[in-house]
Amino acid sequence: MSRKLLLQGNQAVVEGAIAAGCRFFGGYPITPSTEVAEGLSKELPKVGGKFVQMEDEIASIGSVIGASLAGKKVMTATSGPGFSLKQELLGYACIAEVPLVLVNVQRVGPSTGQPTSPSQGDVMQAKWGTHGDHDLIALTPGSVPECFDVTIKAYELSEKYRVPVVLLMDEVIGHMREKIELPDNYDSIKQPMRKQPTVKPEDFKAYATDETLIPAMPAFGSGYRWHVTGLVHDETGFPKGTPAATVESTNRLHDKIYNNIDDISMVENYKMDDAEYCIVTFGGASRACYEAIDMARKEGIKVGMLRAITVWPFPAKQVKAIAAKVKGILVHELNYGQYVQEVERVVAGKVPVHGYGVYNNEPATPEQVLAKIKETCK
Amino acid sequence: MNGEQIIDKYFRPGRLPHIWCPGCGHGVITGCIVKAVDKLGLSKDDVAVVSGIGCSSRASGYLDFNTVHSAHGRALPVATGVKMANPKLNVIVVTGDGDAAAIGGNHFIHAARRNINITVVLYNNSIYGMTGGQYSPTTPLHAKATTAPYGTIERTFDMAELAKAAGATFVARATSFHATMLQDLIAKGIQHNGFSLIEAVSACPTSYGRQNKAGGPADMMKWQRDHGVPVAAYEKLSAEDKAGKFPIGVLYEVEGVQEYTAAYDELIAKAKGGK
Repeated sequence: MSRKLLLQGNQAVVEGAIAAGCRFFGGYPITPSTEVAEGLSKELPKVGGKFVQMEDEIASIGSVIGASLAGKKVMTATSGPGFSLKQELLGYACIAEVPLVLVNVQRVGPSTGQPTSPSQGDVMQAKWGTHGDHDLIALTPGSVPECFDVTIKAYELSEKYRVPVVLLMDEVIGHMREKIELPDNYDSIKQPMRKQPTVKPEDFKAYATDETLIPAMPAFGSGYRWHVTGLVHDETGFPKGTPAATVESTNRLHDKIYNNIDDISMVENYKMDDAEYCIVTFGGASRACYEAIDMARKEGIKVGMLRAITVWPFPAKQVKAIAAKVKGILVHELNYGQYVQEVERVVAGKVPVHGYGVYNNEPATPEQVLAKIKETCK
Repeated sequence: MNGEQIIDKYFRPGRLPHIWCPGCGHGVITGCIVKAVDKLGLSKDDVAVVSGIGCSSRASGYLDFNTVHSAHGRALPVATGVKMANPKLNVIVVTGDGDAAAIGGNHFIHAARRNINITVVLYNNSIYGMTGGQYSPTTPLHAKATTAPYGTIERTFDMAELAKAAGATFVARATSFHATMLQDLIAKGIQHNGFSLIEAVSACPTSYGRQNKAGGPADMMKWQRDHGVPVAAYEKLSAEDKAGKFPIGVLYEVEGVQEYTAAYDELIAKAKGGK
């Protein structure tokens, strides 16, 4: 049985979190993400979970790191300014390998910017916002139903790879209402599980790995006592200051993601089978592209779309494959031009890459995208 | 248990010697924490120690509990998450004066306000030791620091008063000289069902003492002995005699304020009841 509902994207994230087994949320109010906190403050206690409105954005991500170490699936949510504040501990979660889902419903920035108009100006920050070499996963849903599915996927990937996952929403998707069909209850939703140790507590080395490169993660209080640190550490989990330890740590944190890129990378191809041109886009910016592509095709322009759902790691394989078959690529994003640089890097001059960045507080209309298609696809 | 047995039982094999300088009070304070745990007979599996960044915060790595060496100032938010996720754990926060009073000050007052059952042991050496002796919010007025070459012009935070004002329900203070008292106060703090602060006045001969001509480690310990006055005796002192001295012992204790995780359990019952 299922329920047919009319929900905002942010509300669908709440449902996805509950369905995936999220049982702790630490947050701070900020538009346009507040509905996620409001929804979870209501829903979490009903399933025995907990919500804390922390004193600031930093404390919010700090609290979810603590709850994750004690064995809960966790979430925090924010928007631009708060995303900046969370960057330090996002890096902590990367190096200490603490699973968590961080929702960032983007708005126009920098700073207070234009609250709370749509933007995708944090797409590079999602990857490179915290200092130092690191890797993480960022997912961007393109519709309200997808918010539910992608939130569940965020937990699956975060728990499996012991990496923070940024659920990179934007105001368009977060506040848009669409029909969504949800199961009556979430009993049948597969619950992501963390790898657990197979050795006795006295033999346990907290960051020892096998060929998967993913260390087991017992919860605090389970009888496995281990040390968590933001310092570079070796397989014991204790700090190690040698050059070799840094290289080994940096490589493993990279490889555990990139060795599994096919499992992590998700894209949607829309009318790409016979396409001669491709729009590369993601999230809210994609919404105008479907209709624009249909209009262009009526005028005889064979254009399709590659919509990145996994925005980080960058879907390089998929973009390269498209570059090998189309005559040109148009990158549409709601910012001055960020993701286009990644596309250009990967396409490496094989075909022309045009940027269509929109940064006037409003998503482009299908007509505007169509005009850009006509201008560039020739 | 003698010192060696305490070390064998509670300190992780291979993690010592510690990084602290000769004469530092932090080793004594850390010893007091494990002795308090031992006195209470807690299982090591049921203890979580969360620290921030700085000299004090290195303690977490030495201790054979569930431990987090978190980020600068952020021990209390992380500890809040640990405690909320598993209220059965005895959560002890190890922090310093820079960590708790400056960069983590906001977290400190709000954790106190929530009255969450976390025991904070604040190693107060009145200086940023790890970075080499910059003034902190607890550096005495006019004392010298590498960033206060002419002496500080800032008044100090009394962290015990701050905790009390913010809503902490157990506040105590001792020094690394008054180790037996400190151990006892930490045990009381752990037993207290609510937010507790135990300010442990430490000594930093290297980064504070040298700049302020405070003498060697022994001189700094004597200073602790002569300036920390048990609270009952302190109260009887004249205002004149109180100058430069500070009370030690249980400074404030209140029962009957609901603890945060217990309050949340009631909230869950309410939500599940559909009310």
